[in-house]
Amino acid sequence: MKATTLQKMKEAGEIFMPGHRACIGCGEVLAMRQVCKALGKDIIIVNATGCMEIISSPFPTTNWMVPWVHALFENNAAVASGIEAGLEMMKRKGRGPAQEVTVVAMGGDGATFDIGIQALSGALERGHNFIYVCFDNEGYMNTGIQRTSATPYGATTTTSPHGKNSIGQTTEKKDMPLIALAHHIPYVATMSPSYPTDLARKVKKAKEIKGPAFLHVFSVCPTGWGSNPELAIELGRLAVETGLFPLGECVYGKYDLTRQVKELRPIRDYFKHQRRFRHLPDDIIDQIQERVRDRYEEVKRKCGIGGRRAGDPPAP
Amino acid sequence: MAKKDFEMTWKDIPLGAIITEPGNASEYKTGDWRSQRPVLDRAKCVKCGLCFSLCPEPCIVKDDEGYYVADLYYCKGCGICAYECPKEAITIVQEEH
Amino acid sequence: MSTRVGAEGSFAVADAVRLADVDVVPAYPITPQTHVVERISEMIADGDLDAKFIYVESEHSAMSACLGAAAVGARTFTSTAGQGLELMHEVLYLVSSMRLPVVMAVADRALSGPLNVWGDHSDAMATRDCGWIQYFAENAQEVHDLTLCAFRIAEDPAVLFPVMVHMDGFHVSHVVEPYFRFEPEEITAFLPPINFPLPLDPNRPVTMGAFAPPAVYSECRKAQEVALRSTKDRIAAVWQEFGDRYGRLYKPIETYRTEDADTILVAIGSFNQMAAVAVDSLRAAGQKVGLVRLRLWRPFPLQEFRQAVRPAKNLLVFERALSYGGTVGPVCSEVKAALYRQKHAPAVMNFIGGLGGRDMSPKQFEAMFQRGQEILNNNLDIEYETIGIRE
Repeated sequence: MKATTLQKMKEAGEIFMPGHRACIGCGEVLAMRQVCKALGKDIIIVNATGCMEIISSPFPTTNWMVPWVHALFENNAAVASGIEAGLEMMKRKGRGPAQEVTVVAMGGDGATFDIGIQALSGALERGHNFIYVCFDNEGYMNTGIQRTSATPYGATTTTSPHGKNSIGQTTEKKDMPLIALAHHIPYVATMSPSYPTDLARKVKKAKEIKGPAFLHVFSVCPTGWGSNPELAIELGRLAVETGLFPLGECVYGKYDLTRQVKELRPIRDYFKHQRRFRHLPDDIIDQIQERVRDRYEEVKRKCGIGGRRAGDPPAP
Repeated sequence: MAKKDFEMTWKDIPLGAIITEPGNASEYKTGDWRSQRPVLDRAKCVKCGLCFSLCPEPCIVKDDEGYYVADLYYCKGCGICAYECPKEAITIVQEEH
Repeated sequence: MSTRVGAEGSFAVADAVRLADVDVVPAYPITPQTHVVERISEMIADGDLDAKFIYVESEHSAMSACLGAAAVGARTFTSTAGQGLELMHEVLYLVSSMRLPVVMAVADRALSGPLNVWGDHSDAMATRDCGWIQYFAENAQEVHDLTLCAFRIAEDPAVLFPVMVHMDGFHVSHVVEPYFRFEPEEITAFLPPINFPLPLDPNRPVTMGAFAPPAVYSECRKAQEVALRSTKDRIAAVWQEFGDRYGRLYKPIETYRTEDADTILVAIGSFNQMAAVAVDSLRAAGQKVGLVRLRLWRPFPLQEFRQAVRPAKNLLVFERALSYGGTVGPVCSEVKAALYRQKHAPAVMNFIGGLGGRDMSPKQFEAMFQRGQEILNNNLDIEYETIGIRE
């Protein structure tokens, strides 16, 4: 039966085979699977060090059906730059693959927001024709749930644990999509595997558009967040419906909210399923709630669909 | 049968430790991990394929009649398919010893 | 028919890169390598070289981009020096373990601190164990020839290792010298097109950079080490072919007036040229002294080295890097390790100088000879001495 499964997976266009070592209910590997399926097989992947790389490449085996290279933690964008330039020059000189090949750099939030931000910035500024996919599970999960600059305010991690003198993470999540946009790149999108058709459409758009694309993928981590594995999709949905992770895109400078949430759900609905937020006192959650609402209004303003500022008269 | 990592001698190591057999990690039986498994009620299943889209392995495949069934060689028993099924056609049962 | 030109060592390197029809050059500027990359950029801008210059934002990214380009099968070159070589340190180990044929020219420079942009070998010695093939050029002609050879060696199916060509910062990179510059048609037979056997290609998917747990990491590393050692004969063979074709023969160890020498000076890099002048003066004064030029550094040419120093009673090893807290300098450690098991090994004394751009004149090499004799003939209890440093 295993052989039939693998055969059917290949026929269905899956380029990432089962038998990998991701945690039970891993939302990130599901996200990666969906992204890869939308990309197709004419790609070269550069994968930063992290969960996705470790679970898929235990020597001498691999789960990958496409060309794939893992270099280091902070240089996936730089390696991708070299691959893109190498392919271009080889084509010009009559060598290399005959078909059009998409270069894809993949990395977690640690690799993207922290240690690899320099290489990412360089690659975006130089305008390489490639896609950078950030799988954001809001922490250094592979090394044991340490904080990154993508860890949300108030979350407990092993290096920002809550305690007598701390509520956990005390800084706000860095806005990577805006940082990417500051490089004047043609396409930036946020997406989640809880919304598979939205995700697939955006991945395909990134593939079509010439130049750098930055895709920010919300990735649920049951192990790191302390949530029930079966809730991976539900939590992704809640993150969007509470306004914590707006789904949108920016195409040649035009912002669009691809899923408008008319009435934001309270963030408590999202927090209550996760051990990493369980310690938060009510007043902190209320502060976070206000900031989430304000930020969502800001996003709406950017997308030209209204959005109230503090001090605006109440909506009719 | 390809050598496992602890069986390889230094002479068996390919150039640059580059792996040339795509997908060969699929020998690994992740089904051994689980303590619960999904059971499909074909009467309720409408063959929408949502479970197939949302399986992280992925290990749900269409059988000859078009029903989506989890391959227990790989299924880790996460329960996402059961939770998300719009027809509640999948139940999670505990594995017996 | 080669053209005789007068130019800096940096331009000699750039010429070799042009002649090799390199595909991708990811590079970051750092003194004293800047003229190499500036010249390459000019060549691309003027249409003399069809290549992509990637303006990476650091040396770490430069070597990372080299890894990527080489992994898809493109001919790839970069250049750096000093701090830049240090910044790309972890990537060097990866490129060699992945057997990618990247070529890099290093304008050897002192490491901070204090900050010093001038030449010495501290950067080179810090990367001694990174798994690259490494050798040294002493002047513009050598670096022109040896950079060309580097592509041939790196891409050879029996080699497939990255090659680091060292030239002394400023002393070679910035000194204008005459050299014979190849014309493209002269080297087509010597340098075939690149053909990496396992590139990243959707038509034949491979996985590069898998992780190896304790159960198999050691086997991977031993395989790499055995392979690197086995390249020595191939390197020598390529140099022999180069010599047969073009009349300039490079060898892993080159000797100067060592046949009947009682004392042999050992050194690497351009200061060998001063040492050779000193050897001539000393010989004229009746001393039986010679010079061994250590050209191939990695893999270390053990047999050739032992053979070359056989005649001597005393060896004086001069080098341009300190190994802080070590018994002797890095080159001397290699020399002593090579000779320890020999029944009749010469006595060895180590002199360290020429740091951070400090010159060594032939007169200083002569003084070193006298001091070395004094120490060794009287069996003084000294492992190494600095030379040319004010007390």
